[in-house]
Amino acid sequence: MTHSGKTRTILITAAAWLFGLLWALPVVYALWAAFHPSAYATHFDIAAPLTLDNFVHAWHAAPFPRYFANTILLVLGIMAAQFVICTLAAFGLARWKFFGSDILFGLVLVQLMVTPDVLILENYKTLQKLGLIDTLTGVGLPYVASAFGIFLLRQTFKSIPKELDDAARMEGASTLQTIWRVYLPLARPIYVAYGLVSVSYHWNNFLWPLIVTNSVETRPLTVGLQVFASVDQGIDWSVICAAALMTSGPLMIAFLIFQRAFIQSFLRAGIR
Amino acid sequence: MQLRRDSRLNIHVQGWLLALPAVVLLATFTHIPAVVTVIDSFYSTPRGVRRSVFIGLDQYQAMLADPIFWKAFENNLLYALITVPLAIGIALGMALWVNRRIRGRTALRLAFFTPTILPMVAAANIWLFFYTNDYGLLNQIIRAFGFANVNWLGSNATALWSLMAVTIWKEAGFFMIFFLAALQQVPPDLYEAARMENAGAWTVFRRITWPLVMPTTLFVAINALINAFRIVDQVIAMTGGGPNNASTLLLFYIYQVAFSFWDSSYAAALSTVLLLLLGTIALAQFYLLDRKVHYR
Repeated sequence: MTHSGKTRTILITAAAWLFGLLWALPVVYALWAAFHPSAYATHFDIAAPLTLDNFVHAWHAAPFPRYFANTILLVLGIMAAQFVICTLAAFGLARWKFFGSDILFGLVLVQLMVTPDVLILENYKTLQKLGLIDTLTGVGLPYVASAFGIFLLRQTFKSIPKELDDAARMEGASTLQTIWRVYLPLARPIYVAYGLVSVSYHWNNFLWPLIVTNSVETRPLTVGLQVFASVDQGIDWSVICAAALMTSGPLMIAFLIFQRAFIQSFLRAGIR
Repeated sequence: MQLRRDSRLNIHVQGWLLALPAVVLLATFTHIPAVVTVIDSFYSTPRGVRRSVFIGLDQYQAMLADPIFWKAFENNLLYALITVPLAIGIALGMALWVNRRIRGRTALRLAFFTPTILPMVAAANIWLFFYTNDYGLLNQIIRAFGFANVNWLGSNATALWSLMAVTIWKEAGFFMIFFLAALQQVPPDLYEAARMENAGAWTVFRRITWPLVMPTTLFVAINALINAFRIVDQVIAMTGGGPNNASTLLLFYIYQVAFSFWDSSYAAALSTVLLLLLGTIALAQFYLLDRKVHYR
């Protein structure tokens, strides 16, 4: 490498590092505050003692165990229901040209734009009529028939050779059996991708659960964190930072472990 | 013959049966509410014993005279115009960096992508601390350079911009991975050829990289634009639209009108405007994007 090339590489690396540091700053600052006693929250001292007290305090100061349970139940429930309902619809739309199927697909795509939280008021009224206000079912139901899921799975099913389908039918398999035996196994990576995207989306979702829930028994983590940070708490930033990091913890840890799979999934899900 | 007709009929029935659960749910939570919202916007809000009556375009006239609506609308346009290009530009820069054989690439990618995984509410609370008046890191840095404290979220001049920074911070890393994927599709021999010709870095970017990531840029831009008009989490968590509605956005205003002021018809009219905006972007997407690329 030439001399000027080397200088250039060093400059680019330095710029990238500076920018990376800048990007990491808010999270690093929050980590610092969360893992040190409040007295050290805003002044930096390498010798400051490490502590988990802020996390313990946050955990006991609000019903976080319950919030965690709610969120986990919610994201897994939504994912399972999405898998079933989107698979069925996607299969029909991918393999058959039935009466009105094109219009139907067009109507499905509308939901990519008009997500349920754009129509908060009408959807709230609908849930009231169904008696689902302040239930986890109510939080999840509007998202179950996901246009994104139907779209993604339809594209995937279309790429599976029709011959495999025919072979299964020859052996007398019904439609549902064919989906189960031929399509699901072949589309597994897409289900993993869709699952990760769905879980992280609903783990983070805020506005709709904020409107629908009004008790500890149904509140997911995001809403719980907001209530905790704005009402229950004075301004002890160390504890608030600990709570904020705690609520994102499981997702962050999962991301660190499965980094490659996560990124692949977002790509698979986004780019097709 | 009889058999074939049977199975053809069968396909119509089976197709609809398979789609039925999704159709019912989509109609219940997307299509019907969208239509009802538009209809409701032509009626008055029922209050107590007073029933809702048809009032034509009155809500829309009130909207045109409502300074908060205009504030939310302008803020939202500005928000989109600033955050979308900036987040995309930064994302492309990040992708170019991380795509190189750079020292500490994994750590960099992690630093860029981490904000994306955080829930917006958690990120908002972290940034609240970051922006705090007396001991927030940002003001500590500013003071170190000899400037006075800035009340980032509490003053008219800076509140909206401070929210924008959070949005850009959170979205750039997400867009980065799309650019990263696009960059990895660029055939290496193109760069090889450019090097043979002694092309400068800028020329290589302008003549090779940029045209090849153009479809990705459009795709990301449209999605970012749609998101920009649905932003609400950070407004609720950080400013509550304040001070003096300086940081209010459309969806936040709808939320306020619907659930704090309980003016359901006016909320419907505002939602109709949002639906129109999103519909316009959708049409733009339809004509701008080469649908064969992304919607095979």
